[in-house]
Amino acid sequence: MCGIAGLIHRGKSSNVGSELQGMLQALKHRGEDSTGYALYGDTDGKNFIMRFKVGENVGEGSSSVMEDVSVYDERKKIVDETLAEMGAKVVKEERTLPYSLRYEIDYNVKDLLEFSQRIESIPGVEILSMGKSLEVIKDLGNAKMVCDRYNLDKVVGTHAIGHARMATESGVDIKSAHPFWGYPFSDVSVVHNGQLTNYWNNRRVLENKGMRFMSECDSELIAVYIAEKMRDGATLEEGMKASLTGLDGVFTYFVATKDSLGMAKDTMAAKPLVLYESDDLVAMGSEEIAIRSVLPQEIDTYDPFDGEVKVWQI
Amino acid sequence: MANLKTVSKKSKAQSMGMHTEVLTGRTQQKFFNPDEAENFYYFGTYDVDFNKRTDLDVKDMTAPEANKEIDNLMSQGYGTIVIKNPQGKHSLGVGILNKLNLIFEGSLGYFGMGSCDGPIVRINGRVGWSCAENLMAGKVVIEKNAGSCFGAAIRGGDLICKGSVGARTGIDMKGGTIIIGGDAGAFTGFMMQRGRIIILGDVGINLGDSMYDGTIFVGGEIGSYGSDAVDAELTSSDQDWLKRKLKVAEIGENFDVSKMKKIVAGKKLWNYDNLEPTEKKGAI
Repeated sequence: MCGIAGLIHRGKSSNVGSELQGMLQALKHRGEDSTGYALYGDTDGKNFIMRFKVGENVGEGSSSVMEDVSVYDERKKIVDETLAEMGAKVVKEERTLPYSLRYEIDYNVKDLLEFSQRIESIPGVEILSMGKSLEVIKDLGNAKMVCDRYNLDKVVGTHAIGHARMATESGVDIKSAHPFWGYPFSDVSVVHNGQLTNYWNNRRVLENKGMRFMSECDSELIAVYIAEKMRDGATLEEGMKASLTGLDGVFTYFVATKDSLGMAKDTMAAKPLVLYESDDLVAMGSEEIAIRSVLPQEIDTYDPFDGEVKVWQI
Repeated sequence: MANLKTVSKKSKAQSMGMHTEVLTGRTQQKFFNPDEAENFYYFGTYDVDFNKRTDLDVKDMTAPEANKEIDNLMSQGYGTIVIKNPQGKHSLGVGILNKLNLIFEGSLGYFGMGSCDGPIVRINGRVGWSCAENLMAGKVVIEKNAGSCFGAAIRGGDLICKGSVGARTGIDMKGGTIIIGGDAGAFTGFMMQRGRIIILGDVGINLGDSMYDGTIFVGGEIGSYGSDAVDAELTSSDQDWLKRKLKVAEIGENFDVSKMKKIVAGKKLWNYDNLEPTEKKGAI
């Protein structure tokens, strides 16, 4: 059934890595095939942060095909060469796991489409996120396992969204895990709880318009759908409102950008969402216990209504 | 209260103040026979003293542990139990088939007070999805908001939310009264078969969709009517009942009930007597 959670601090930063871990761990009964974080950390905004993978987690429960670890090094080497060819300078490199890397890149370009296409033309390589604040970290296991594996509990930032996944429509692997990056837009990410029934129709249309899909997970459609709307000049909120009729099925989803966080609920209100809103903090999740992990005191919360779209700024 | 043994069948429930509408479905009302009262008591229930009161802090308890402790306290005769720190936990207070004053000092998660029969409950917070599902009797009052599927499939009792509720309130309800002080979401009263829903605020789309019977009263705006939900005349009897009910429910006592809309089933979907296609062919 999956669980989603998100929070945005307005006017200040906080330990969003630890906070989101607590929220998602509270929802682990909704699915722990994989867990993903989209963290908007405090950065100087000069360099791009690229999170990418050169292979899959093939551990217990994974539906991915086992590969020789040596191919990871080969793919990384090609990525490095490609970046150099494009004039992108890697300022800082971290390799948390053999298949998962984080690069800080000095690269002065606004259109990430060509950049992303070249990187992802390397077989086995997928950009999980690209942005000057956003970092998408996702892997198999529950929230605490992923948080510990990637040392996320110390991440400080303004907002974050996350997802605890029970795999239904696609495999148990990182490529099908949420959040999805709003390719090719910098700092856009999406998490979704529900099921989209016009996935293939929309996918065909969007692919014909040059958009890219990395998985067969229906939720990825939301990220691509909104990214395409924004590419055509729509605001985040306009794109989200269009999705209420453009997407068919049941859904509650969150979208985050560099400075905002939004939620949308389908017109049948079939998927849950509990929301807490104050002047300095918005926290929301599939269940109230997610919010209680960051706000244990008695608070006023509510369920947004059907067809509701809300967007908050930091 | 009216004398149950002498009042004619058609007005017994109404004489008890339970409702005003006359159900017109093929399934006729089955009335409670006082001679069968013993059938309405459960094995394993307790004699409790409402003046015997205690607090129970469930902060470090799981829901099953908390529910078991509530049962344990009832077995000791406690008739008033105050639950501290529920903190949005799921499935608290479920399966209470006993008279009991139960007070939650905080909010409940999903399925709170499900499958209960008899307790008087006050929740000084909000509740998540499916609060009081299958309630048989008793009264549950929520001081703040409630999630979706509020009062799903209830058979009786009063379920009151002073705030707003999510979608599908009263879905499949078969009796009882649901009162909402604020707004209600989409598909309110979806497939309801009996009972009454009162919403003082606005209500979302598809109100009363595919309702079989029962009555919905709305004080605010209606997003849209569901399939086979139609307007009906708000009678003076309805207004008297609404005033009384809202007063007892401690909600909207001064609300102008004369402007409320009354929605019932149009019964156009009632075509169960139709033959199946193969039967029709056989009859030709």
